[in-house]
Amino acid sequence: MKTKLKGVSYAKWGYIFSIPFIVIFLLFSLYPTIYTTILGFTDCKGLNNTDWHFLDDPFANFKTILDNNSFKTSLKNTVLIWVLNFTPQITMALLLAAIFTSHRNEIKGKGFFKVVFYMPNIITAASVAILFNALFAYPVGPMNDIVVSVGEFLHKINILDEPTKPYNFLVYKVPAQLIVAFIQFLTWYGNTMIVLISGILGISPDIYEAAEIDGSNGWQTFWKITVPNLKTVLLYTLITSLVGGLNMYDIPKLFNEGGPDNATLTTSVFIYNQAFSGNYLYNRAAAASMILFVIIAVLSAILFWIMRDRDEARFEKEKKMARREAKKKEAANKWQ
Amino acid sequence: MAVVAGKSSGNIIFKVLAYTLCILLAVISLFPFVIMIINSTRSTTQIQQHAVSLIPSTYFLSNMEVLLGKSFDPLKGFFNSLIISSSSTICTVYFSTMTAYALVAYDWRLRKPFFTLIMCVLMIPAQVTSIGFYQFVYKIGLTNNFLALILPSIAAPTVVFFMRQYMIPALPMEILQSARIDGAGEIRIFNQIALPMMKPAMATQAIFAFVTSWNSLFLPQILLIDTDKHTLPIMVSQLNGDIYRTEFGAIYLGLFLTVLPVLVIYFLLSKHIIAGVALGGVKG
Repeated sequence: MKTKLKGVSYAKWGYIFSIPFIVIFLLFSLYPTIYTTILGFTDCKGLNNTDWHFLDDPFANFKTILDNNSFKTSLKNTVLIWVLNFTPQITMALLLAAIFTSHRNEIKGKGFFKVVFYMPNIITAASVAILFNALFAYPVGPMNDIVVSVGEFLHKINILDEPTKPYNFLVYKVPAQLIVAFIQFLTWYGNTMIVLISGILGISPDIYEAAEIDGSNGWQTFWKITVPNLKTVLLYTLITSLVGGLNMYDIPKLFNEGGPDNATLTTSVFIYNQAFSGNYLYNRAAAASMILFVIIAVLSAILFWIMRDRDEARFEKEKKMARREAKKKEAANKWQ
Repeated sequence: MAVVAGKSSGNIIFKVLAYTLCILLAVISLFPFVIMIINSTRSTTQIQQHAVSLIPSTYFLSNMEVLLGKSFDPLKGFFNSLIISSSSTICTVYFSTMTAYALVAYDWRLRKPFFTLIMCVLMIPAQVTSIGFYQFVYKIGLTNNFLALILPSIAAPTVVFFMRQYMIPALPMEILQSARIDGAGEIRIFNQIALPMMKPAMATQAIFAFVTSWNSLFLPQILLIDTDKHTLPIMVSQLNGDIYRTEFGAIYLGLFLTVLPVLVIYFLLSKHIIAGVALGGVKG
């Protein structure tokens, strides 16, 4: 409304300023999405193949992928590694956020701790993955150095009968999965913590004051006020983390090439391996991408719904306030 | 009195536990990187005898020789990464602000559907559409070309969303109106009035856009096949290969060199970065 001045319409400038975004979006985002979908129904394979045809059974690739044991393993691994990383991550982040926002017990060095906790998130994931591969090297590597030294010490004080031998972390499935989950944890807990802190700081201080006057202790305040008020932020963290987890690529790929024995093969690594190595099965990879796409779309829809709900709630609240205000005015007018 | 005493002893226990946890996590977070930096100065023999050490040694230069002797060119990778990351940062920040401006400053018919579209594609990650993306880039002949990584950053839904949220309270329409009365054109109003007012938000988003682009591996790995065009993360991914299998000192040094730029940026701008994470997290 304000954009109209003396009958001159500026609406066309809205379109003009959106052109770069729309053009690039259509070319590099929408078109590839449609193209990927189409390839999922074709026989397109082989490096840089441009001569492909639709399959007689349009869903053949999807069937093959859903029957593919590696794909099933990769989905299972992705969920498993995500759970192994997200559970400690959210617990630790919530705990730290509660500590850092505690009014009664001010912690010194908050700034320093925040900087240190967030640091792994900003460092190139590829480098972190290779670094951990080196840290867990066998037979000599920093972790094995610690394992052997501790073993020797325990042997000396007669707790262990024999000094420990170096452990080959990289050839056993469970340790490899735990390490990948740990790297994910290490790179993301600082980020989650900061998001939760800002969520807690967004809760009205009046509620906390009221709780304190009512004699609530720190524990009760945390569970009865902080956690319920953080619900949207927690759900936001959950879903973004899940989508991020489904796209986990750099760390499992570089830590151990998805190995040992596909133990750290995630969906993204699976898609990469199908499409860009070996037989260049673009069609299968496209079908797998689409399955992943549907999962992510559903998750995003849930997130979208949650976020919209919150805005609507705020709007409802404002409406109520306005009504109350109007009533007050009315009452005041009556007395005049 | 008893209540007060109980409260203060509770406080002490809380503080002891809190500090223990924080220090423990700080050690865990720093340990891998400290080991990396120290081991980059130690010889492979020293590392094989004792891989954990807190005392730096003097083999930094000889590790460098080994590293550079095997077709590892961090300087080349650094410049490739720098070109891609800075160009895409400029594109992301400038064009996202422009798109947000279109959404905030003008009242057009498709404004709402357009914003809904942006919200819908907010979370679609590049990996999912990578097959079609690669085929498209191959068809138009942009493989091995940095443009294939720079141009897509013009359409960054998350940044547009953030900019829009920031712009609504920060950009008073009255200023635009008075500029119009003074006879300024719309493009000039955007570049000379709206853009400068968005500086704080643009700076925050620029840091994140830069770091994200600098760290990305998936798309560059698919698109940049020529060794000449490799970015730092692609080079890092080759440190794991057979040629460095036994050269631990060189591997640690290579890793250190690749994360050094990010570490420098981080320690210079950590305050802004953390504030940016806090802002982005709540808003969307």
